[in-house]
Amino acid sequence: MSEHLTNGSEPIIRVDHLLIASMVAPGTRVLDVGSGEGSLLALLEERKRVDGRGIELRQEGVNRSVAKGLSVIQGDADKDLVDYPDDAFDYAILSQTLQATHKPRDVLKHLLRIGHRVIVSLPNFAHWKLRSQLLLTGRMPETSHLPYKWYDTPNIHFCTLKDFRELCDELGATIGQSYTLNSYGYKLPYVVPYFLQNLIGEQAVFLLKR
Amino acid sequence: MSHSDAPDEGRGAQSGKSRPVSAPYDSLSVTFREDQPLHLDSGETIAPYTIAYQSYGDLNEDKSNAILICHALTGDQHVANDHPLTGKSGWWDVMVGPGKPVDTDRYFVICSNVIGGCLGSTGPSSPNPVTFKPYGLDFPVITIADMVRAQASLIDYLKIDTLFCVMGGSIGGMQVLEWATSYPNRVKTAIPIATAARHSSQNIGFNEVGRQAIMADPNWHEGRYYDHDESPSKGLAVARMAAHITYLSEEAMQEKFGRNLQDRDKVTFGFDADFQIESYLRYQGFKFVERFDANAYLYITRAVDYFDLAADHAAGGTLADVFKGTKTRFCVVSFTSDWLYPSSEARTIVKALNAVAAKVSFVDITSDKGHDAFLLDEPDFFDAIQGFLSSAAKQAGLEPARTTGEAS
Repeated sequence: MSEHLTNGSEPIIRVDHLLIASMVAPGTRVLDVGSGEGSLLALLEERKRVDGRGIELRQEGVNRSVAKGLSVIQGDADKDLVDYPDDAFDYAILSQTLQATHKPRDVLKHLLRIGHRVIVSLPNFAHWKLRSQLLLTGRMPETSHLPYKWYDTPNIHFCTLKDFRELCDELGATIGQSYTLNSYGYKLPYVVPYFLQNLIGEQAVFLLKR
Repeated sequence: MSHSDAPDEGRGAQSGKSRPVSAPYDSLSVTFREDQPLHLDSGETIAPYTIAYQSYGDLNEDKSNAILICHALTGDQHVANDHPLTGKSGWWDVMVGPGKPVDTDRYFVICSNVIGGCLGSTGPSSPNPVTFKPYGLDFPVITIADMVRAQASLIDYLKIDTLFCVMGGSIGGMQVLEWATSYPNRVKTAIPIATAARHSSQNIGFNEVGRQAIMADPNWHEGRYYDHDESPSKGLAVARMAAHITYLSEEAMQEKFGRNLQDRDKVTFGFDADFQIESYLRYQGFKFVERFDANAYLYITRAVDYFDLAADHAAGGTLADVFKGTKTRFCVVSFTSDWLYPSSEARTIVKALNAVAAKVSFVDITSDKGHDAFLLDEPDFFDAIQGFLSSAAKQAGLEPARTTGEAS
């Protein structure tokens, strides 16, 4: 699912993937939920020697991943996480997928149960470009980062960075580490206050603990 | 090399055997003698017993590149060579061979005829050591686990400790699951294809239809047709026809045959094979009886009916309990149009493996070819198998395909 958000199909490593990789300790067990065509898993296996698994909804993505030698299954984050036992993985990763799930809250709850740590990357719907498009044109925003028409977007549950922090609070998860990226893919400095991150951050990566 | 308690090995059709059906047909074979009986789930034993097998490629020095292929109900050991009876190419010729997904330049591939079968391994058509006549129904009822136990004795005989991979489709897939459960430390990777962890009620029902067709044939003679000139070929053909329908999807059947008439412009108002599908099924039945023993069909279908991995290995528990602690890497494969072992059966296996955090890949291949898709040229399927095997081979430190060596 993560590939939905890429611009074209250039083989460069996505910056959010690099950030996620920087949060993962080497040699750990990792579950990537919404693993797409396996690019993040492949990166983690190559650079961090993780014992990685993936779940991906789209068959094409699954087939490509398995053909790459990745342990990926065809499955649905909304339905299939229930089958995983508690603490099965060191990290459960949800990369650019939360907004495409039917029940994001339940998905996050399951991830916090399955993974010792949870890493979530997500687009920020409160980014100024989106806010201004909605305000000025009165239409659903479309950006290069979120290029879909409202009626065919796979992203059905958008949230803002502020919303996500609140949900983490509600679920009793603490944010151990977080990076917010601007539209050029650069990390915002830590000193930027949250309200400003929520305005100029296009996406963010969070490391959560129970 | 040959000392008294070693199994006998052989190659080629053994002359002097009473019936061609029990001869090993140009296969390698190993016979385990009376002092090495095969202990069956039923409590009975078979001794002596013979396992006929084929192998392709070379076993490497540390014996780490062996792949065991488990064949389906009516398959046999002739995976990738011309069949000695039908002259047709091997049943998995598309999958197994030099440069193919199961690359015989890289792996040592073994396939043995199941115990209870009729192509060289001991089965109901083999001579009963007590009466010197074919066993018939005196052959003990066997299970999938018994088939696997017999395969394990072959693997022991070949002095292979750990199999790099055990793979197979349909009831071959059941044997794969059984291997991974009974001998978890001897199976590095497992590829169960188009299969289930237990036989469903519907599937038992289909098998029963086949068995009843055989047993209703007056030539069956309570399984003692070996003493007569005729065998229950009509019953066996009907069994094959009924089963063959379950191997195809409705879509593929409709597309291939529709309501097309066979060599005629209009229906004959009789019971000839008016429709192409009738003619096709009759032909399938007719061809089948040339190469298959009716009693073997009874025994193997029974073994499949009895298969229930969770009940056999985790009484009172779940399927997940069966796989607890497994180190085997799995690649589960199903096909979208397979209604004999539908994708939901594969999902059940995958769920159980997930529940114990096993290393598992799962592909549900889009195909309209029904259950038989696993025998056919399905590029996505091949890519998945090839990718899975090569990455596992890399992890296991297996050499990439050799550059030297004789053609197999």
